[in-house]
Amino acid sequence: MSETPKTPETPASDAPPTPGREQAGPAGKADAARGWGPAKKDKMPSAKNDVALPALGFVGTLRWIWTQLTSMRTALFLLLLLAVAAVPGSLFPQRPANPAVVTQYLTDNPETGPWLDRFQLFDVYSSVWFSAIYLLLFISLIGCVVPRAVQHWKAMRSQPPRTPRRLSRLPEYGSMALPSNLEVTRESAVDDAARLLKRRGYRVEVRGKDGAMPSVGAERGFLKEIGNLVFHVSLIGVLVSVAVGGLFGYRGQKIIVEGESFVNTLVGYDNFSPGSNFHEDQLEPYSMQLDSFDVVFDRESDTHYGQPLDFTAVLTTKESPEAEPEQQTLKVNEPLSIGGTSVYLVGNGYAPVVTIRDGDGNIALQGPVVSVPNDGAYTSTMVVKVPDAQPEQLGFVGFFLPTAVEGSDGVAVGSDPDPFNPRLYLNGYYGDLGLDEGDPKNVYVLDTSTLTSMSDGEDEAGEFSLGAYESYELPNGLGSVTFDGLKRYVALDIDHDPGQAGALVFSTLAIIGLSASLFIGRRRVWVRAGTHEDGRTMVEWGLLARGEDPRLEGESAALRKLFEKEWLANQDQQADNNKSAVGVKNS
Amino acid sequence: MPSIDETLGQYSELFILLAAMAYTVAFIAFCWDLATSSKTIRSVESRLAREQSEQKVLAGAGAGASATGSAGKAGAGASVETADEAMVYTKERRVAARIGVAITIVAALVHTAGVISRAIAAHRVPWGNMYEFCTTGGLVVAVVFLLVLTRKDVRFLGSFVIGLVVIMLCAAAIGFPTPVAHLVPALQSYWLIIHVSIAVIASALFTLTFAMSVLQLLQANREARARAGQPERMGFLRLVPSALSLENFAYRVNAIAFVLWTFTLMAGAIWAEKAWGRYWGWDTKEVWTFVIWVVYAGYLHARATRGWTGTRAAWLSIVGYLCVVFNFTIVNVFFSGLHSYSGIQ
Repeated sequence: MSETPKTPETPASDAPPTPGREQAGPAGKADAARGWGPAKKDKMPSAKNDVALPALGFVGTLRWIWTQLTSMRTALFLLLLLAVAAVPGSLFPQRPANPAVVTQYLTDNPETGPWLDRFQLFDVYSSVWFSAIYLLLFISLIGCVVPRAVQHWKAMRSQPPRTPRRLSRLPEYGSMALPSNLEVTRESAVDDAARLLKRRGYRVEVRGKDGAMPSVGAERGFLKEIGNLVFHVSLIGVLVSVAVGGLFGYRGQKIIVEGESFVNTLVGYDNFSPGSNFHEDQLEPYSMQLDSFDVVFDRESDTHYGQPLDFTAVLTTKESPEAEPEQQTLKVNEPLSIGGTSVYLVGNGYAPVVTIRDGDGNIALQGPVVSVPNDGAYTSTMVVKVPDAQPEQLGFVGFFLPTAVEGSDGVAVGSDPDPFNPRLYLNGYYGDLGLDEGDPKNVYVLDTSTLTSMSDGEDEAGEFSLGAYESYELPNGLGSVTFDGLKRYVALDIDHDPGQAGALVFSTLAIIGLSASLFIGRRRVWVRAGTHEDGRTMVEWGLLARGEDPRLEGESAALRKLFEKEWLANQDQQADNNKSAVGVKNS
Repeated sequence: MPSIDETLGQYSELFILLAAMAYTVAFIAFCWDLATSSKTIRSVESRLAREQSEQKVLAGAGAGASATGSAGKAGAGASVETADEAMVYTKERRVAARIGVAITIVAALVHTAGVISRAIAAHRVPWGNMYEFCTTGGLVVAVVFLLVLTRKDVRFLGSFVIGLVVIMLCAAAIGFPTPVAHLVPALQSYWLIIHVSIAVIASALFTLTFAMSVLQLLQANREARARAGQPERMGFLRLVPSALSLENFAYRVNAIAFVLWTFTLMAGAIWAEKAWGRYWGWDTKEVWTFVIWVVYAGYLHARATRGWTGTRAAWLSIVGYLCVVFNFTIVNVFFSGLHSYSGIQ
């Protein structure tokens, strides 16, 4: 029952100094074993309170702050604070993940939104307060790991501590008496015990062989503390790797319609987020073209009819402008590695091909227009901007249905993700698209504030729907729209993260270190032998765990078995006689 | 892609319902054991009294073991009776508990048939949506409980653990019913097998420690009342070990579960890198997985911090489990994020 800090194994007044200190009480033992700071720090809160601040001076105050920061209590507080601080990031939309949703939230909540923004609740994980918590936590961690590493280095190079005078006071204790006819002397008994313990992985030292009570000190499980240190250092390693990725990496998005291609240059991206130390010449000029994109939907299931089963993109890639083209497939969960980047298939949809003629009869726009799917039936929203139309610029907003079914109320809904009855439903506008000022505009949003609807009051001529290959004449001679065809597109994430390998290595180390620190038992064993007046050799042993060790009791039993096998096995008859002599295990 | 065997899928759902019913009966048996076994309690008491007198003799012989020492060993003071701390089986006949265990074994067998037939019907591992996660997770909880029962007498946990299994199966059948189907492309990865199976096992272990931590709080309260000389409530707690040994046992299980949860987090990060192009992006599910990890890390540290052991540590373990439940139910159903695979339309 020694596995808990609460174990009331009070030190005997005559206990030797080293193990005695570890057993000095619940907090002392716990801190020495698992705490971050040296044991003293948490042990004497009253002493801390007694010290008056003015007496400390500047250096003293710093030292006091440092002691506070590296104390276990503070570390625990910071940990719990970190857990609480991470929560708002799941409650409010976050800019890095969803900038558009944040903008929408600010528009919808003009009162509270800016206040939330002031407290960085839309950038929780890069906010001042979140960073402060984890940086303090890591400083606290370093301030604890370094002295502990030094301490452990010394402990590993030193001999097991002095044998306590009363082994029976230790959490686990056993003893046995060896009859004199076995010819095991006290000296040979400690030598045997030392050999057995060494074979069990203990570091051993035989002491007092000349005296009346020779003993062995043994210790094992140094890997426990090493694991603990490796775990905490690895967490720093993970943090550094994340930082490296943020500094030198980059990430971009690109939509490629079937038949179109992409070149890895800054202008090639739809969206690009460079790391703070990114340089444009980091981009390798590879290229890829989307040859085809195949989608398989579930056609067998009654309950999941139309659920996607497979997305496969076939790409022709070139490592450099001069390189040989190569055909590769890209799937979800199977990214493509090219030019130092990884390419991921993160989305797909339909790009209806339209031809729009302007009021002058010229083709103002011809080609695929990317639509954004909103549900499993690929009901897609669509915006078409025609800045080249004359005399008025044209804009359309509406949606695309791959399989449109009109209900009895006349409202069309999408019923299947495959294009069995593709239809466009558009509202037309004319006027100034606002693109000429050069401000960046979202291509998927039509700002109608400077536009005039083609529908006017009773007249709904601006609202129209188009089936495959159909055309529509816009009202008032504004032009025409033709639905010429349909293509699929893929949405790609292209990512370069130089910190990734480091994060993997350090997190692997962390989990190995964590397992070592939690599951290895650090134990000390002392075995002492003496000669009884009647000539029997008396052997006793005591075990002490550092930290949690539920298997200490089992270890004591295992040692008893080993000793019995060593000294009593050949003497069956003697063993029988001696069974009664084997000491009662102290509770 | 081979076709889904929908008939077998329906049998699977039937098996799960039957298992839920059997578990309910086992749950009632375990409650009956706790509530009405005054005979058991009396015999436990007389045995404890005997042991305590023996222990006093020993303590006397041990040349004045300190007062705190004997108090701790004898279960926090002589005035509070608790079950054996080592949780080993004793000779007392507990008929209701035996019935409970027997029915739990039958229920677990039917449950296993349900989970395996689901896997065969779908030609894949049966943890692709919330229904499957709940049914498989419930099976792991029940099996771990039965495995522990072979080594330790933890039947006092039966009503809590099997009660939670019943809740999990009811949640699956009523809350998240999902007919058997193929996986969407985002889930078609061998990381599903690694990441989710470890997550299920870790969650099952957290379920067990949650039950122990709740009992620990009740027992600690009862011990405090007894020390203060107040009349005793919740007599069934006499069948439960002392708060201290519950805490120690919960700690050991939580340590294993924490390592598994760390692995879940890591495997999830590796999979996220493969599927979404970044290993960590503070998706809502990732946030809550991280919060759970930090809370249990806090729990492990609390056990080594003065003033935070015992009751406070138990509260951290409970808060951690509530976060696990929150992460699984509320986050899956109501929060939008990349992990939206609940299967709920």
